[in-house]
Amino acid sequence: MKGQSFGKGERESGNEDKSFKILNRWSPISPPLSQFLRVTSSRDEERVRRKGIFMMKRWLERITPTDVFMWMIGGAILLMIFWGSTATLAAGTYTAHHWFDFIIFGLAQGSIYALIAMGYTMVYGILRMINFAHSEVFMCGPYTAYFVAAAFYSSGFLDQYPMISLVIIFLVSMATSTMVAVLLERIAYRPLRAAPRLIPLITAIGASFFLQYTIRGLYGSGFQAYPVVKVLEGEWALGEFRILKFQALVIVAAAILMAALYSFVQRTRLGKAIRAVSEDKETSSLMGIDIDRMIVTTFIIGGMAAGAAGVLYALMFKQVHFFMGFIPGIKAFTAAVLGGIGNIPGAMLGGIFLGLVESVGPSLFLDGLGIVAPYQLKDAIAFTMLVLVLIFRPTGILGERLAVKKA
Amino acid sequence: MVLLEIENVHTYYGHIHALKGVSLDVERGEIVTLIGANGAGKSTMLKTTSGLLKPRLGSIRLEGEELTRYRPHEIVAKGVVQVPEGRRIFGRLTVRENLEMGAFAITDRHQIESNLERVFNLFPRLRERQKQLGGTLSGGEQQMLATGRALMANPSVLLMDEPSMGLAPVLVDIIFATIRQLHADGTTILLVEQNARMALQVASRGYVLQSGSIVLRDKAESLRQNEMVRKAYLGET
Ligand SMILES: Nc1ncnc2c1ncn2[C@@H]1O[C@H](COP(=O)(O)OP(=O)(O)O)[C@@H](O)[C@H]1O
Ligand SMILES: [Mg+2]
Repeated sequence: MKGQSFGKGERESGNEDKSFKILNRWSPISPPLSQFLRVTSSRDEERVRRKGIFMMKRWLERITPTDVFMWMIGGAILLMIFWGSTATLAAGTYTAHHWFDFIIFGLAQGSIYALIAMGYTMVYGILRMINFAHSEVFMCGPYTAYFVAAAFYSSGFLDQYPMISLVIIFLVSMATSTMVAVLLERIAYRPLRAAPRLIPLITAIGASFFLQYTIRGLYGSGFQAYPVVKVLEGEWALGEFRILKFQALVIVAAAILMAALYSFVQRTRLGKAIRAVSEDKETSSLMGIDIDRMIVTTFIIGGMAAGAAGVLYALMFKQVHFFMGFIPGIKAFTAAVLGGIGNIPGAMLGGIFLGLVESVGPSLFLDGLGIVAPYQLKDAIAFTMLVLVLIFRPTGILGERLAVKKA
Repeated sequence: MVLLEIENVHTYYGHIHALKGVSLDVERGEIVTLIGANGAGKSTMLKTTSGLLKPRLGSIRLEGEELTRYRPHEIVAKGVVQVPEGRRIFGRLTVRENLEMGAFAITDRHQIESNLERVFNLFPRLRERQKQLGGTLSGGEQQMLATGRALMANPSVLLMDEPSMGLAPVLVDIIFATIRQLHADGTTILLVEQNARMALQVASRGYVLQSGSIVLRDKAESLRQNEMVRKAYLGET
């Protein structure tokens, strides 16, 4: 009998949660209705069913011209994607090799977004705050490592010991980014922990400008060309396809880092504590967890991932610049939102997905529509996706699944 | 021998004077209960003891050592562990991970393993469900998990905030049986309850809190006989 009552309780709370979620998604500004739903949810199945019909009715009543307009836009975009892709494929402008290159480039680019997105999503998870200065955490690492790389290059060390050099460049970049992230937390965010949410957000934007213009003031506004690492030039044959060596490095390095990060958060004592603090700070401190230490650890992880991503980015585009963090930063933020902000696997998936869509999308969706130079529109595609996600699926790709798992 | 000594504690929420000079003490190995109506300040007392709230005045000592200058996680490491009101399970962590978090202050792996074994023996149901997410447990199971989680820290004083709240009578009995068993094992407990009847049955001494002040303190037996307690807290006429 006891077992039964346990089971009942579970299912009930599940129902309640889900209906609340669904409704909430379509009417984010209607607490009265959702509250009403919560209160009346009952054990009685018949009543639940009738309430379902009632809910549908309420929902239909709630549809506004704005909703209809949004669906029309959504539908139009889907139609455009379908039409464009069909036309592109029918025209046969691109060969299988082209598509393969697009996909590999997208994966490489996406892995970098994914690594940066980890920082956004984990900091959001633990502080409920978007760290807009994270793009500068990303920039400072490779910018500092540039000087090491340049010194290695001019002394010939880089060509003589390319692997050792690369490792040192990575470590310098990761250490710098981590240091910047930790200082940011310590100086700019911790004193504001009790302040209203908007305040640390504004501070983050301020810190972001501060870092950009510090670097600009120190090293000028020009591009610094990253030295070429000879071992990473050229390509490997993969059956009948070819893959650029540095792209392979980017993908493999990012995959290893993400796997390491994920298992850290899932399996280690500190990782579990970070998840606990993300869920409930007060209770975590009652478990003997030092909240401040976990927040710092989160910034360290985010900084390390960003620093590594920064070097990969610099190796891919062969330059650094004081403003280089801005676009990848916003893209990674988009990726984090795509995956459901606060959700770590979501940020990884979101990043890779965004990279792929950006790389494959222009040619696939737009070329067939007769648009000239579709590749110029890749940023437009990325940000259209951000807007669409925010409108149609604010919880992100993995948001809902997480809710179901929780219920 | 007095283990936990609370003396003249005043705690505020902004301008609200929630505790107005509370003093109480708990001896080693005993169960002391703090009873009082909703809003009397019972949770505030436990939160102040755990360091979540800083008292404006007064002293809280564990074996003579002042606790009020420590932060919450340090107080846990000293052995004062709380089972918070409303259980506060980590819903997205598994049952086992919840328990591991309880032992966060302990670094010795063997100690953690043997504590885990002890908790599983106390609550076999948790062993069955260790891989499940905390959020999927029923109310009674969550209370077991919250209690087990606190035990993972090897508490020298266990602070329990309304463990029977919102539970069916059968489950309330189970929780109180557990409290008895913990007492038999030598655990020192400060038990906050609205269910004064049950609390006064397991406790050796009790305090009655009313609008932030202690109005009565006595042996549990005497409190049960007390006219005012019987009227106000035991629902007798
Ligand atoms: N976070 C808070 N902010 C302001 N007042 C609070 C807060 N928490 C509790 N109080 C007030 O302090 C008093 C004691 O509350 P509490 O300790 O929760 O009582 P109890 O646990 O005995 O029900 C109540 O009057 C309550 O309204
Ligand atoms: Mg309370």
